[in-house]
Amino acid sequence: MNDITKLTLSESLEALRTKKISAVELTQAYAENMENCRNYNTYITESVEKALIQAKEADKRYANATNRKLEGMPLGIKDLFCTKDIRTTAASRMLYNFVPPYESTVTQNLLDDGAVFLGKLNLDEFAMGGSNETSYFGPVINPWSKDKPLVPGGSSGGSAAAVAAHLCVAATGTDTGGSIREPAAFCGCTGIKPTYGRCSRYGIVAFASSLDQAGPIAQDVRDCAILLNTMAGFDEKDSTSAKVEVPDFTSFLDKDIKGLTIGLPKEYRPEGLNQEVCSYWDVASEYLKSRGANVKEISLPHTKYALATYYVLAPAEASSNLARYDGIRYGYRASDENMSLDELYTATRTEGFGNEVKRRIMIGTYVLSAGYYDAYYLKAQKMRRLIYNDFMEAFKACDVILTPTSPITAFPLGDESMLQNPINMYLNDIFTVSVNLAGLPAMSLPVGLSKNGLPLGMQLIGKPFDEATIFKVAAKLEQDAGFKRI
Amino acid sequence: MAEYIIETNKGKWEVVVGLEIHCQIISKSKIFSGASTEFGDDPNVNVSFVDAGMPGMLPTLNEECVHQAVKTGLGLNAKINKYSEFSRKNYFYADMPTDYQITQFRFPIVGEGKISIDLSDGSSKYIGIERMHIEQDAAKSIHDLSPSKSYVDLNRAGVGLMEIVTKPDFRAPEEAGAFLRKLRSILRYIGTCDGNMDEGSMRCDINVSVRPFGSAELRTRCEMKNVNSVKFVMQAIEYEAKRQIDVYEKGGQVIQETRQFDPSTGQTKVMRKKEFAHDYRYFPEPDLPPLILSDDYIAKIKQEMIELPDAKKQRFVSSLGLTPYDAMVICENKEVADYFEKAAAGHDAKKVANWMMGDFFAMLNKKHLDINNSPISPDNLGRLVELISKEVISGKIAKDVFEIMSETGKDPEKIVEEKGLKQVTDISAIEKIIDDVIASNAENVAAYKNGKTNLLGWFVGQIIKASQGKANPSIVNKLLKEKLDGA
Amino acid sequence: MAVDNETVKRVAFLSRLKVEDNKTEAVKEEFNKILAWIEELNEINTENIEPLISVNDIDLRLREDNVTAGNCKDDILKNAPSAEYDYFAVPKVVE
Repeated sequence: MNDITKLTLSESLEALRTKKISAVELTQAYAENMENCRNYNTYITESVEKALIQAKEADKRYANATNRKLEGMPLGIKDLFCTKDIRTTAASRMLYNFVPPYESTVTQNLLDDGAVFLGKLNLDEFAMGGSNETSYFGPVINPWSKDKPLVPGGSSGGSAAAVAAHLCVAATGTDTGGSIREPAAFCGCTGIKPTYGRCSRYGIVAFASSLDQAGPIAQDVRDCAILLNTMAGFDEKDSTSAKVEVPDFTSFLDKDIKGLTIGLPKEYRPEGLNQEVCSYWDVASEYLKSRGANVKEISLPHTKYALATYYVLAPAEASSNLARYDGIRYGYRASDENMSLDELYTATRTEGFGNEVKRRIMIGTYVLSAGYYDAYYLKAQKMRRLIYNDFMEAFKACDVILTPTSPITAFPLGDESMLQNPINMYLNDIFTVSVNLAGLPAMSLPVGLSKNGLPLGMQLIGKPFDEATIFKVAAKLEQDAGFKRI
Repeated sequence: MAEYIIETNKGKWEVVVGLEIHCQIISKSKIFSGASTEFGDDPNVNVSFVDAGMPGMLPTLNEECVHQAVKTGLGLNAKINKYSEFSRKNYFYADMPTDYQITQFRFPIVGEGKISIDLSDGSSKYIGIERMHIEQDAAKSIHDLSPSKSYVDLNRAGVGLMEIVTKPDFRAPEEAGAFLRKLRSILRYIGTCDGNMDEGSMRCDINVSVRPFGSAELRTRCEMKNVNSVKFVMQAIEYEAKRQIDVYEKGGQVIQETRQFDPSTGQTKVMRKKEFAHDYRYFPEPDLPPLILSDDYIAKIKQEMIELPDAKKQRFVSSLGLTPYDAMVICENKEVADYFEKAAAGHDAKKVANWMMGDFFAMLNKKHLDINNSPISPDNLGRLVELISKEVISGKIAKDVFEIMSETGKDPEKIVEEKGLKQVTDISAIEKIIDDVIASNAENVAAYKNGKTNLLGWFVGQIIKASQGKANPSIVNKLLKEKLDGA
Repeated sequence: MAVDNETVKRVAFLSRLKVEDNKTEAVKEEFNKILAWIEELNEINTENIEPLISVNDIDLRLREDNVTAGNCKDDILKNAPSAEYDYFAVPKVVE
């Protein structure tokens, strides 16, 4: 492991600014780590050659003092972001050979600020999964694994694992039901899903359009703030992008939290919740209390229904979003000897998609089909309203909500109970999906290790477009928890 | 109108028809992308990454398409919905790059409206508009380049469409024809669609059912998709009605299906049946928030609205004295109506209309010209009519002048001047010719006086001839009569 | 609302996915398990609740009518598994 790759993003920027190291050195150091850690399977596509060209440019800019906000920062990009001239697979056989002729807005923003792309990070196929085991390119190994390989969480499993193992200084992720926060928690990273509409979805392979949001996964809260400053912003190419000013998120990191009210939803402490998770939650709220914040119990009464609601809406949108993968314009195509067009579609999609994706497409197709729309899809949209209203009601009495990120820590690869019953896997999202349904910003940050030495994350949920308060509180919690990274 | 009753030896039937018309919106760029709507370029040129359904691409709505839709809604005398919503219609189709169509389902931009149609017997009738929504057009495949493959060209994919759905108000093929002509006329007036059915910029789906005459029931209907001319629409309805009647009279049941009209046979035939029926799984488009129109926005477009064919026709009849038929024909096309108004300004409008309906349209037809390329300017046509009204030339001479105008584009006064065609109204000059004719035709004068009074016409002819057509016929008549009767 | 084998086949067809005959039963069971779980939503009366379609409360923005994209045929076609004469080639579609 190279020492300079142990620096956080803010430290790396400082080291480059003060010319302690060069951008090329930094990129090379990461490239070396990548080579040494291929067993983690974090990258689907490496783009080190390009990265080195970008790094050289970065050094020039440092030399002539035209360096930009992220000049020379070697990032990993979740392989759901389309990157111009760099293969983008969504971890699916369906896009195994797809080279986009365009750049997503978020990655373009990062490039415009001088970031260097080391490559494309592994994920669950089309971001559908909570363990990164559905990837066509194989599972990712959690760097915290001890005797047997553990999952990094999903769907941004490659992103979290790569950040934890220092295979990039920070990474991009996307979050539809917890896909930034859960892997961040499993891998001891910090990740934020901003408010729906904060980051443009243009150029991100869509899973569930009304829920998808991009965000950073990084080593600490400050790095998240720096990256979100660049990633966020209005984009006219995305009609759901919000025309809301993006404040400098780093400016909230030193603000004091005296007088803030932290809500603890009682519904997030179901019977049988893991004792360690409970006690870390208590500890975290104590930290905040001792910083002068008020902590109070709140209620989000429809929490219980969030998962089922999510597993109607997300598959429904996905079934439509993934229809375009039909073998005609790009990506995988089955051999079409003597086939009708319909047969070609069916063969292509049956061979091109993995099981979890197919399962969700079929569920989504079913809940939208004639005769079932009202019972499932419309019902779920109404439940979504109730869940949204719960939060709006709760935020009348508190400024930010503190919950655990996940009811469990990283689990072993190939866990039978998860693989046999998809619902067991879905239940891991129990603390994260509500936030997507309500479109709220939420961060996961590590607060400690479990008895068996695995990271445990806490989640801070903010009001719409109030990431600032999350950063304020997270910075304090991070200091008090003093989590030790790998 | 005269009822359209289909009588068989078993009974009387009537046909019930509703239309769905897809109209391509006139705009520079596509409804959800910045690619050009230009028609006829090389394949896949006017295609953006959005149109190609590339991963991660998102739609953005073109303001002009909304503007055009509102304008059209106003043209259909319809309710403009301030709240409308886009939905996805899901189905796999080679010409639909995302395998769903962005359309409007539950909340269309335009609600109920009506337009009046004129029928050949002089009556008119209102046809109800159920709704109009906006959506994206599909691509266009080419099937005849290869025996085993179809080729997909995405140039048309994503061009804006307005889908107008009528109520099932048609009871005869003629009504459907009249409606389509009227709709086309309105769309062209307001410039929201060029209405060219043969080029596919206006396409018609027809829903046909039949029922015993006098009954109010609605029976199973069949749909005929993409019929591409007014004539074929009428033929398709006629054929399909007879086919369905035949099914019922043979004791069968009509089944709901999509059929295709074949212009070469004039018949409809069932399209290939699918293993399962379509299930479009509509749901609100999550990539586009609801479309909200302000009162101001709608009011502004209302102000832009020009006089539509019905209002124009009404005005031409009531204040310019045209017959309803002439007014209807002249108002169908806005350029024609504009030409007419220019030509008629300050002149006898009814005479101008007569000239247009007669010699003028015949001349354009013969020369295969449209009105914008007419060799005769509206001003010159008006002045020609004025020359007749002022009796400077006779109607007969006017036809010659018109002929010269259509060849040369010259000013009618100049032609009359140059060719010396001015009508002779100078009484002494005419008297002289009359005297000459009387003097050299003593025999006929005698015969006239003996009671053969119908020779008067012959004398008039001789005199006009002697004047080379320039003598004013009414003056000739009057003077001649005085002379013959008095002499 | 339990799903039968016929429905599984129909949903598979609508999704353009093949479910082998010997897998239909298993897919059906899994489907029913998930749907039964989803049906816990019926515990809540939502009769007078407005469905939530869009969390961000923004009106649709309108784009000016200018030609800003296109003329990139090569980029459009370069990922196509089968392109001929600048068209996407597909098995013959019989209308």
